[in-house]
Amino acid sequence: MGPLLQVRGLRKAFDGHEVLRGIDADAEAGTVTVLIGPSGSGKTTVLRSLNVLEVPDAGSIRIGDVGLDFAPGHRVGKRAAARLRAQSGMVFQNHNLFPHLTVLGNVMEGPVVVQRRPREEARADALALLERVGLSDKAEQFPFQLSGGQQQRVGIARALAIRPELMLFDEPTSALDPELVGEVLAVMRDLATEGWTMVVVTHEMRFARQVADQVLFLDGGVIVERGAPSAVLEQPRQERTRRFLRLLGEAG
Amino acid sequence: MDAGTWELVRAALGPLLAGLVYGTIPLTAISFTAGLALALAVALMRLSGIAPLAAIARFYVSVIRGTPLLLQLFIIYYGLPSLGVTIDPFPSACIALTLNVGGYASEVVRAAILAVPKGQTEAALTVGMGYATTMRRIVLPQASRVAVPPLSNTLIALVKDTSLASTIQVTELLRKAQELAAPTFEFFALYGVAALYYWIVCLVLSFSQARVETRLNRYVAR
Ligand SMILES: Nc1ncnc2c1ncn2[C@@H]1O[C@H](COP(=O)(O)OP(=O)(O)O)[C@@H](O)[C@H]1O
Ligand SMILES: [Mg+2]
Repeated sequence: MGPLLQVRGLRKAFDGHEVLRGIDADAEAGTVTVLIGPSGSGKTTVLRSLNVLEVPDAGSIRIGDVGLDFAPGHRVGKRAAARLRAQSGMVFQNHNLFPHLTVLGNVMEGPVVVQRRPREEARADALALLERVGLSDKAEQFPFQLSGGQQQRVGIARALAIRPELMLFDEPTSALDPELVGEVLAVMRDLATEGWTMVVVTHEMRFARQVADQVLFLDGGVIVERGAPSAVLEQPRQERTRRFLRLLGEAG
Repeated sequence: MDAGTWELVRAALGPLLAGLVYGTIPLTAISFTAGLALALAVALMRLSGIAPLAAIARFYVSVIRGTPLLLQLFIIYYGLPSLGVTIDPFPSACIALTLNVGGYASEVVRAAILAVPKGQTEAALTVGMGYATTMRRIVLPQASRVAVPPLSNTLIALVKDTSLASTIQVTELLRKAQELAAPTFEFFALYGVAALYYWIVCLVLSFSQARVETRLNRYVAR
């Protein structure tokens, strides 16, 4: 049945400014794809397109058995968008937790309100997810009572709770104090080990080296270089990749 | 004030309370509830991004805010009959007050909805919610925290504005006081009692407002 995620010819412009200029990418089930690139290169736009928070102008996205084609002037139906969106769970840079719901409420919201699963079952699942991200004792707290790292881990549990095929992470640690980064990356590592398919935008090169199956380097809305982390990060072939990694202080 | 006046005041306490309980309070409760529902609808129309709906909403708010409430009341009670529509005093007052609350509160509701960060709607989308569910479960609960203080002011203003209904023969508190005062000329004493009643109601509302605000603020860092 081919790769779990298949992206072809993805294009997106904002006010005439082309942000994505033909993105092709595949991700096999159970693999981790790390997306790197300079600020403004379109990384967030790629993730948001996969989750249909942004509607691409052209191209196609398929996740599992749900696919969607985009074309200029062709409106994407709400239902079709929702069906593709349900295939992936999104973890935002600044978590976007629901501040008026408890931690448990945040995780249960999708399953109970949208998927209409029985409350008790959803509650048990949510508690198991919170245990998995190490936050069982925080279930009844409100998000504002948590540290940034804990909030981000709740964000991960909330995304997992809708039982997606694919997990998307948009710089999940870049808004965190340095001492909180590790706990979030540790959870993501566990997910990778458990076999989750993940697409991660991050500047954590150590994480990329250790966890990624493939690294995509995005610049100016195109994927300039791709391959195993050992290749892209240690022996980049493109000058643009080299320059970017040098700026990160990570040249191979 | 002499003994006769006190006697009169004591005798008026009951009837005035009846005016409050059977006139002022129902007028307030009905108009505020219906007004809020209308305000939400108007706010959502303005935020819909559908040009004709937004234009209708803007026009309505502009008319309500740009004309006196007393005149709105007169148009409904005295004006509509010339178009062949006759409405009793109490429902007329309810309609005028509802339209008025709807106009003012819609601006409050709109601002409160806009104050909810865009990331919240997006997070709602990612867990699978559609527009209505997002509004009901995510946006409005958060917007209410912003909206409650100004809406409480609207409610307190409304309590007092219901007194305008006395001009179209609705027997609410002020009208009751007028009726009792007219034959006795004890205007100061009876209007004084009426004022006291209004004031007490508003005090109670301010007190409840504080409690509601505390409750809504429980999930915010202090
Ligand atoms: N909603 C939007 N409207 C207009 N421009 C946008 C919008 N979203 C992103 N952009 C622009 O698209 C470009 C790529 O943005 P983004 O995908 O966020 O890059 P990255 O995540 O790699 O930093 C930037 O120039 C940004 O300003
Ligand atoms: Mg970004």
